[in-house]
Amino acid sequence: MSLSAALQLRLGTLDLRAEFGVQPGELLALLGPNGAGKSTLLRCLAGLQPIESGRIAIDDVSVDEPASATFVEPERRSVGYVFQEYLLFPHMTVLENVAFGLRARGRPKREARDAAHRWLEQVGLTEYVGQKPQALSGGQAQRVALARALATEPRVLLLDEPLAALDAGTRATVRRDLRQHLATFDGIRVMVTHDPVDAYALADRVAIIDEGRIVQTGTLSEVTSRPRSRYVADLVGVNLVAGNVTDGVLRTDGGAQVVIADAAPGPAFAVIRPHSISLVRHLAEGASARNQWSGVVTELDRLGDRVRVGIDGAMPLTAEITAAALDALQLQPGDPIHTSVKATDIEVYPA
Amino acid sequence: MSRAGGRGTRPPAPVIALAAIAVAFFALPLIGLLWRAPWSSAWRYVSDRTALTALRLSMVCSLWATALSVVFGVPLAWILARVQFAGRGAVRALCTLSMVLPPVVGGVALFYALGRRGLVGQWLYDWFGVQLPFTTAGVVVAQTFVAMPFLVITVEAALRQLDGRAEAASRTLGASRWYTFRRVTLPAIRPALVAGAVLAWARALGEFGATITFAGNFPGTTQTMPLAVYIARETNPEQAIILALLLIAISFAVLVGLRDRWFGRGSSPHDAVLA
Repeated sequence: MSLSAALQLRLGTLDLRAEFGVQPGELLALLGPNGAGKSTLLRCLAGLQPIESGRIAIDDVSVDEPASATFVEPERRSVGYVFQEYLLFPHMTVLENVAFGLRARGRPKREARDAAHRWLEQVGLTEYVGQKPQALSGGQAQRVALARALATEPRVLLLDEPLAALDAGTRATVRRDLRQHLATFDGIRVMVTHDPVDAYALADRVAIIDEGRIVQTGTLSEVTSRPRSRYVADLVGVNLVAGNVTDGVLRTDGGAQVVIADAAPGPAFAVIRPHSISLVRHLAEGASARNQWSGVVTELDRLGDRVRVGIDGAMPLTAEITAAALDALQLQPGDPIHTSVKATDIEVYPA
Repeated sequence: MSRAGGRGTRPPAPVIALAAIAVAFFALPLIGLLWRAPWSSAWRYVSDRTALTALRLSMVCSLWATALSVVFGVPLAWILARVQFAGRGAVRALCTLSMVLPPVVGGVALFYALGRRGLVGQWLYDWFGVQLPFTTAGVVVAQTFVAMPFLVITVEAALRQLDGRAEAASRTLGASRWYTFRRVTLPAIRPALVAGAVLAWARALGEFGATITFAGNFPGTTQTMPLAVYIARETNPEQAIILALLLIAISFAVLVGLRDRWFGRGSSPHDAVLA
């Protein structure tokens, strides 16, 4: 009793290849940058986008499997969908919107309306039953969209960026409410988001998607403590270096060499934390740090008394120094600079 | 005034001047008719049996033509807007050809297709005893032929603007394609549908060339208002003026009435998509 997907699809420039499963009662967040293919993945699950090869199964029943010519139309899948823009029907009242799914399934008007009323009660919007969606705030529209999707009692609930359409001021409140309402649904839940805060607040597990591939899955803390993609590294604010380890040296794809404390040979990731990077304008004779690279300052970003320094070169890095250190160095964008890191400050793990 | 006519949007003088000339261009013929109208005998002409019959026939036929345009034109517009197939451009051109064709040419073509000895007409006559030319049904056919493209292009444009997301939402809620079309798509394109139907109706009401070639000019059966005006112009110019004014008054009333009701609220297909 679960959702499983192993699918392949080309759509424009997107080349989507993903494999994942979700258990009942679990909420999986698909987290990744814009254009990574997250929403397309969700559309595949709902049947709004047929896949090219692979298999999508709900409760072990195929709903999309090109090899066996199986394709279950969206209206026949037990899938509820909360769209990013909510897409409430503007010509219907709030109550009619929530009753729509049951009416479409041929339930009598009275029964559908009673059920819709109960769902609106659950999300605390009974006073809006007769209103048109245009009268609702963003947060209220989201709750109506959720009630509308849940009213059909689906096995799977899909949420596409449920908080992206809201302004920053209301997002926290709506997120808290959403968390509460999602807790009442014990089916399979998949949410798409580009905001790690949403994933942290709502999801049991995250799958990081980048350029059409799932690059990492796990709890959010597992994923962020050992980034396996530039996206997650940027999210956490660390430098991620991918390369190949031989004889205690990691050689990057860019041709730079990183001396590391100890690691098994083979493809690996190295995480270099910005505050462990030292900056000097001129190389001292007989410097102790073995990892030294030359580069050019590209940007300076002040955050209180800390400054993040972007450096380009054979080894592109972001370093973090104090404002006082910056004053002493007198750095400007375009200046040449030397970076160094102690081997023991670099965390390495197999790719 | 409408919202667009507020302060700070005063148009440049040449624009005002040219627009004024355009308005005058449309207003002057009307004023010309009003000026020459024999007002003292107006009521006699209006209540004349020929006039009333022609008016009733015009109304009945144009409404039938509008209904047929909607029934067949909306599905056609949907296919043209949503389905990708080879030759779609050719099909669209074919279906809107009668907009640019001289109506008389359309009437002649209809005759060779649906006439008693026509391509399809001969079978209609032999098998079902149906004869379209020179009948009221023929008037409806001729009017539909010239009117439907107006509905098709209006509705197709609206369907294109509707990008399918509202329909996708409907499908995920368990609605079939047909239920979605009736309950989501149609309401969303309603303003365009009404606009297209009004355009088609107006075109059908004013139809002359295709009607007279395909259906003839028989009072009581095929003589619609435009034909009656044309005939009266030869025999009784005063009556022609009164009939023309009557036709204008009815069209004007319908256009103004519908405009306020359907188009005056700034509702567009696009608004309908996004809640």
